[in-house]
Amino acid sequence: MDILNNLFPNIYNALNDFFHGLLRGANLRPDAESFIVSLIMGLIVVVFLVAISPFLMLSLTWVERKVVARIQNRLGPNRVGPWGIFQIFADMIKMLTKEDIVPANADRWVHFLAPVVTMIPITLILAVIPWGRGMAPADLNIGVLYVIALSSLGTVGIFMAGWGSNNKFALIGGMRAVAQIISYEVPQVLAIVAIVLLAGSLSLVDIVKLQGGWAGFRWFLFAIPVGPIAFVVYMISAIAEVNRTPFDLPEGESEIVAGHHTEYSGMKWGLFYMAEYLNLFVVCAIAATLFLGGWQGPLLPPWIWFFVKTLLLILIAMWVRGTFPRIRMDQLMKFAWQVLVPVALVNIVLTGLALPIFKAIGLI
Amino acid sequence: MLDRYGLIGLFAIVAIIFPLIPLLLARFLRPRKPNRSKMETYECGLEFEDFPVEAQQVWVQFRIQYYIFALMFVVFDIEVVFLYPWAVAYNSLGLYALVEMIIFLVILVMALAYAWRKGQLEWV
Repeated sequence: MDILNNLFPNIYNALNDFFHGLLRGANLRPDAESFIVSLIMGLIVVVFLVAISPFLMLSLTWVERKVVARIQNRLGPNRVGPWGIFQIFADMIKMLTKEDIVPANADRWVHFLAPVVTMIPITLILAVIPWGRGMAPADLNIGVLYVIALSSLGTVGIFMAGWGSNNKFALIGGMRAVAQIISYEVPQVLAIVAIVLLAGSLSLVDIVKLQGGWAGFRWFLFAIPVGPIAFVVYMISAIAEVNRTPFDLPEGESEIVAGHHTEYSGMKWGLFYMAEYLNLFVVCAIAATLFLGGWQGPLLPPWIWFFVKTLLLILIAMWVRGTFPRIRMDQLMKFAWQVLVPVALVNIVLTGLALPIFKAIGLI
Repeated sequence: MLDRYGLIGLFAIVAIIFPLIPLLLARFLRPRKPNRSKMETYECGLEFEDFPVEAQQVWVQFRIQYYIFALMFVVFDIEVVFLYPWAVAYNSLGLYALVEMIIFLVILVMALAYAWRKGQLEWV
């Protein structure tokens, strides 16, 4: 158990010592040696995180297809391997070997760069997530701000796709995506302000640490009434921000074909797909960190707790997708500005008022 | 120990290279047989070139109501920029800060109410 608990920090330390041992023979100055070692270790951490992200995303697509199929009374993928689990590799091979069609009228460079630009900010967010005890790759003291800043950058890529394709459906999809994402960004960010108020810190690591103890009742989700309100507002806006049903208007296939990725095929389309699922994972991971106590939990190793909570939230998002029909564009904008923003604003004031009470009972 | 922002920098470099790898890989694996109808802009089966010239013009200007949302977003995002430092420092500021922030919020809510009343929050 103890081995599992500290598995990744131990591997990190062992590798760190190993490289120090390797370089000792070179008789470098101590600061040069530690610089090189930390550079190598940084690269290992970064490449590891970036390398697991496609598998994370591919397994999420499999889970999603299975879950939605069960909701709709189907079986879902079941041909490739047991329970269709090798479907993810089949998908990968298919995406890699599909012809890449670029329309003659498209702006070639914008068309090419759009999926790349969409991927970058989402990958970057993985750097600050506390994956387990002592497992935050970079413990920034402005972690929350970093996440917010990057999560809205993905819009640029989507709009580039809409504009660069030179297609009306794509342009409408891109326009809708921008309007939707910036509108839902506001309630999302305002909901997080309440959590920052409770925690008094912008560091994700500190926020998780503050939620330990009391058998889970110090999670900010249980800071009644402000925690649940902030959580609901955050989750709704998060689902809207990753363009999922019932908020998938930017790619509503029954009205505008496929929205911003109408003109994409092959691996470029695959990158959009990847960005979408990685984004879902990231918003749920941030929700688990802010509201559900991140890696805090009894018995199981911390990093498994983190994945359990994140997966639970992802399953809720899939459940929502399987249950609700798509809403209209005007309802969508109305809902963000006329319901979620006022609720989130009131919630901030409520949090400010309730903070002394929470302090008195020792919740924070 | 590498500085935390150094790690972010490393991450940024790897994150930029990372999406290019599958694209490069696909370049060697995929077929490449372009023809005229494949390269055409998708129009639900209609021939794009049969359209009148003005209908082929895709890069259009969007209506002005659309940009109101952008303005609202900027207003609230700036508000958030003020709210975050306030939220972090709230514990050491006390009641005075809360009253100040409520006044600030009320001013912004008035802007929201104005836009709401004017019907600018309707998607048309």
